[in-house]
Amino acid sequence: MSLQLKTIAAPHVPVRYHEGGSGQPLVFLHGAGGAMPNDPFLEKLASKYHVYAPLLPGYGDSEECPSLRDMLDFTLHSWDVVEALGLKNPILAGHSMGGMIAAEMAAIAPNDVTRLGLICPAGLWLDDHPIPDLFATMPYEYPQLLFHNVEAGAALFTAGAQVDDPEWLKAFLVTNARQLGMAGKILFPVPDRGLSSRLYRIKAKTILVWGDSDKLISPVYAQAFKKGIRGAELVAIPEAGHMVTLEKPDQVVSALARLG
Amino acid sequence: MKFTWFNLMPWPHLPDDFREKNHSVWVDIDSRLFDPVKSHEVYNTYLDLLEYASTLGFDGIGVNEHHQNGYGIMPSPNIIAASLARRTKDVALVVLGNSIALYNPPVRVAEEFAMLDCISGGRLVAGFPVGTSMDTNYCYGQIPALTREKYQEAHDLIMKAWHDPDPFAWNGRYTKLRHVNIWPRPIQKPNPPVHIPGGGSVETYDFCLDNTYSYSYLSFSGYIRAKALMEGYWDRVAKRNTADMSPYRAGFAQTICVADTDEEAQRLYEKHVLYFYNRCLHVYPGFADAPGYRTIKTIQTGALSQYAPPKGYADVTWKELTEGGHVIAGSPETVRQRMEELIKSLNVGNIFCLMHVGDMPREKCMYSTRLFADKVMPKLRNMFPDYANDDRFWCHPVEQVKPGSLPTERDAFAVAGHA
Repeated sequence: MSLQLKTIAAPHVPVRYHEGGSGQPLVFLHGAGGAMPNDPFLEKLASKYHVYAPLLPGYGDSEECPSLRDMLDFTLHSWDVVEALGLKNPILAGHSMGGMIAAEMAAIAPNDVTRLGLICPAGLWLDDHPIPDLFATMPYEYPQLLFHNVEAGAALFTAGAQVDDPEWLKAFLVTNARQLGMAGKILFPVPDRGLSSRLYRIKAKTILVWGDSDKLISPVYAQAFKKGIRGAELVAIPEAGHMVTLEKPDQVVSALARLG
Repeated sequence: MKFTWFNLMPWPHLPDDFREKNHSVWVDIDSRLFDPVKSHEVYNTYLDLLEYASTLGFDGIGVNEHHQNGYGIMPSPNIIAASLARRTKDVALVVLGNSIALYNPPVRVAEEFAMLDCISGGRLVAGFPVGTSMDTNYCYGQIPALTREKYQEAHDLIMKAWHDPDPFAWNGRYTKLRHVNIWPRPIQKPNPPVHIPGGGSVETYDFCLDNTYSYSYLSFSGYIRAKALMEGYWDRVAKRNTADMSPYRAGFAQTICVADTDEEAQRLYEKHVLYFYNRCLHVYPGFADAPGYRTIKTIQTGALSQYAPPKGYADVTWKELTEGGHVIAGSPETVRQRMEELIKSLNVGNIFCLMHVGDMPREKCMYSTRLFADKVMPKLRNMFPDYANDDRFWCHPVEQVKPGSLPTERDAFAVAGHA
């Protein structure tokens, strides 16, 4: 099921979003890496749901938004987008940074979300399990951190580019400055903006999805989220890393199906 | 011309296999390589060298700020500048500078710089860098995409704290203060001259021109590679119809080594220069440029971080470094010629002379410094006669108190009637 890239007006900035599929409305918030062109996970989701996947400002070809600075700005902006899309109580799901934003949305407006899917979300910090510094990671080091099958992950990442080609490097740096620069506002230098003290507010039925070999955000964090969100269920997926959405898309979609 | 003798204060005891065995010289450098007892001597030698340079006719002596860094053991430049203020006379104290986005609240910088200006009798030249990504983001945790906005606000607050004679409230995004009213205040009015280190962004050019600040490019890659960047600056100066093209609107840092002959320069200094480029500049490229730290516009101009050069400095040679202009080294005549080329081609009036390099021992550093001061500097003094009176970018000292201002103990005791 292919999705279309569209634009919708939101209070701060026009927002680009992928839309496609039919079924119950589901809003999916991407991780710090953004959405891939023809993102295979979004296509899988769209075979079951009516998917809306907004891009954060600065991601993909979307306009930047300097006035979004902190966690509250990100959270309210994301609610603004749901409102602009005309959705009421959609299934809310997010991966990594997107999971962090989704959890914040559910915590700040607990009566507006009844189904929440958090796929290896960021947002908590455990001193005994420090999360590697994504912002000090070179492109060639990403596959090791993000994939269970490092070789297959590396092929996805480099896509045949010569990393010492100056033009490629410039394009890479611009994309990184736009995307990770934006992500850094809520993830740098430590991806904790106080979510742990707000998790108790979440009323939604919550499914946590985690790859067993996640080396970016250790599965230990799944337990911390489970402890913080009343009644949350954990679906652990074997042979999958942080990019569980790319490595095991079918299993992630089935896990989310438990939200009803 | 204004010549400032600069010491980055590198740690001189990094092992031979530092590059092979260590992740980075900066941010996560192995703390076990730092020996506090040895540092007692290192610090005092470096301070002695700065004081020595102040007696040889340099216009200024310079210090800067780095954190968790094996080639700059000066996280607080103000502490070094304060000790220099007491032990030197008649030279500018060029603090290049305080990374103002890191201080909370930033009025701390307004206060400390005011103290330095008062203690030194108006000899402060104040630098306000945004700071490198290594220092600002990775060591001090500032959010990359917000660093510039925070910097700008800190600058505005510091200037208002210096300029406004009355208490005021500051309702900033990053700093909120109900009563700003710093004590002491700087001697130099309305404020000490300001130099802004930059790395090629148009925003910084404009910031300097709007405020009559000097723009300085602190590079380790030398004057030949700096040409494109400095041309960008001067193009901007011209494009904005700035009243003048004074060379004092710009500064440049250059590594310089002088000996009797070119051959002797290589024999004496090669080892120390390679120590610097090979070991001290071994910065893990993942720390060079946090995403969001530089503006898109700046990246698009192709100004890539100098801390992540495409080929690195692992196998760089003396020949490449001297021919490429990273290092100006040789006899006084060779150095004079190349300095003249630098000054003319970049149109810079402020030179930050990096004359202590890597693990250079003090004798060699003194020798090189003395030759530069006696045989090179005098010949470069009048490069810009049209701007000889341009004092907008330099300090304006008051009459200095004499050392030993205390009376004799006998005179002191006389207050109580003792004979």
